Amino acid sequence: MGKILVFAEHTNGKLKRSSIELLQAAAKSGNTVSAVVFGSHAADVAAAAGQNGANEVHLFKDASLDAYNPELFTANIASAVEKIQPSIILASASSVGKDLFPRVAARLGAGVASDCTELTISGDSVTATKPMYSGKCFAKVGFENASLKIVLMRANQLPVAAADAGKSASVVEQAVAKPDLKTLIKEIVKGTSEKLDLTEANIIVGGGRGLKEAANFKILNDLADVLGATVGASRAVVDAGWVGHGMQVGQTGKTVAPSLYIAVGISGAIQHLAGMSGSKVIVAINNDPNAPIFQKATYGIVGDALEIVPKLTEEFKKALHH
Amino acid sequence: MKIFVCIKQVPDTETKIKITPDQNGIDTAGIKWVLNPYDEYAVEEAVKLRDANAGSQVWVLSVGPKSRVVESLRTALAMGADEAIVVNAENLDNYSTAKALAEVIKAEGDAKVIFSGKLAIDDNSSSVSQMLAEFLNAPHTTVVSKFSFGGENVVVERDIEGGAKEVVQMMTPAVVAANKGLNMPRYASLPGIMKAKKKVIKEIEFASLNIPASDIKVKYSSFTLPADKPPVKMIAGDAAAQTAELVKLLRDEAKVL
Repeated sequence: MGKILVFAEHTNGKLKRSSIELLQAAAKSGNTVSAVVFGSHAADVAAAAGQNGANEVHLFKDASLDAYNPELFTANIASAVEKIQPSIILASASSVGKDLFPRVAARLGAGVASDCTELTISGDSVTATKPMYSGKCFAKVGFENASLKIVLMRANQLPVAAADAGKSASVVEQAVAKPDLKTLIKEIVKGTSEKLDLTEANIIVGGGRGLKEAANFKILNDLADVLGATVGASRAVVDAGWVGHGMQVGQTGKTVAPSLYIAVGISGAIQHLAGMSGSKVIVAINNDPNAPIFQKATYGIVGDALEIVPKLTEEFKKALHH
Repeated sequence: MKIFVCIKQVPDTETKIKITPDQNGIDTAGIKWVLNPYDEYAVEEAVKLRDANAGSQVWVLSVGPKSRVVESLRTALAMGADEAIVVNAENLDNYSTAKALAEVIKAEGDAKVIFSGKLAIDDNSSSVSQMLAEFLNAPHTTVVSKFSFGGENVVVERDIEGGAKEVVQMMTPAVVAANKGLNMPRYASLPGIMKAKKKVIKEIEFASLNIPASDIKVKYSSFTLPADKPPVKMIAGDAAAQTAELVKLLRDEAKVL
């Protein structure tokens, strides 16, 4: 058996759900699981990483690693790999993961499979499955000529069991590499949303032209608040300036895979479907019974979004608070 | 100075995808090929940068089967790129593609900014620009929606999670992968299209770059179509009945609440 390095992402010391998925999947494989955690809050993650399957937690505890810098992160992952000697790296296909690991792969001569939705680990070999051509088909990704194999998984694809409070990991503090940098992060401009990003959200409420005007996104926000969901949008309403591009789901927006996607007033252009057809359950609410979104939906309601959504919010309130 | 743009030709989103009998790929017969949508933002930004800096040139590069990818190179030329190079190759992965691009850019020299799209819509991997940057020992930023050039450095905005942005300064030469929002790509003008048709595209054989076969690290196989999905369950009744029924189904049948 070999070692699996899991890049454990966290928000101010709270382990992300997507990283929990990876730790648990790695633990099930029978390999030694080495979690690598960056940043000044790294130590706060150690216990949770152990309870979710890590055997060892490697802390790169330094404030310089609080903000993502591709060169700095690459150098420190390379140093973690040198110490841990893994045959597999698992990381999320998150904003950081997708940017960082191709560069790591190029530095270390590793293979990288990005944006994967299934994972099979057998001994120290790994294969993954990923959607191709906007989810119109799937392909197996195999590795060759690579002693180090990196898989970047989409969030919400792997099962999560309850953490085992009886388990713990050994904790090692590692020296932080500080190479000369050509990249300087000057500023981080906060987004307007405090909610989970679309790419990580377990429930998404998406709005389109059927909402008739920008102000009506308020009824989606109300619905999302009740469900703990994140609000997305179709390209049409982003291009119309109703909401920012950060909220766009689809081909030139974000690819999402929540457990539940509620499409409100979205007709379902192929570019939109490309970004959300990986959702497990899709609800379509549209006044046009011929809208293409119904062909992808699990449940459909033909009706006026402005009438249906507030009622739906009330129904969810009743169902979730009893 | 030279401004490079790395582009990829991809199947149009509207194209129907069929899988080959051996399941090792897609049947390319009848596919409509287009310039990857994100690469249009890259070409546009490169042309704007060239226009603002007298004496600079835009070089557009693509790796793939030359008989078809030259069409996307001509699209970029028609949008205003000055020169185009095709690396003739088939069945490469992201790693070997990035290696090939790096070799060509090093050989041409004088690179100041290297643009690409943030991902190609065929395999959604968003890998080549970061690998290319590493092979060139250059900094990179992906998912860029704002770009400004200062000669020895560039300042870009990178879109991250939750609508947040990072403002990043990089020393040049730098690799920049474009997101939607960076600009509004121009349509090729008729004179542009005519000029692009006559342009000689430089051809390089992948084999001549001496990149070892062991630089192909990843292989796609066992292509399958998505499983047939059960037909949609339409919920009838007035709004009150529809919403009550939907919540019941989500809780008891789909079990997603």
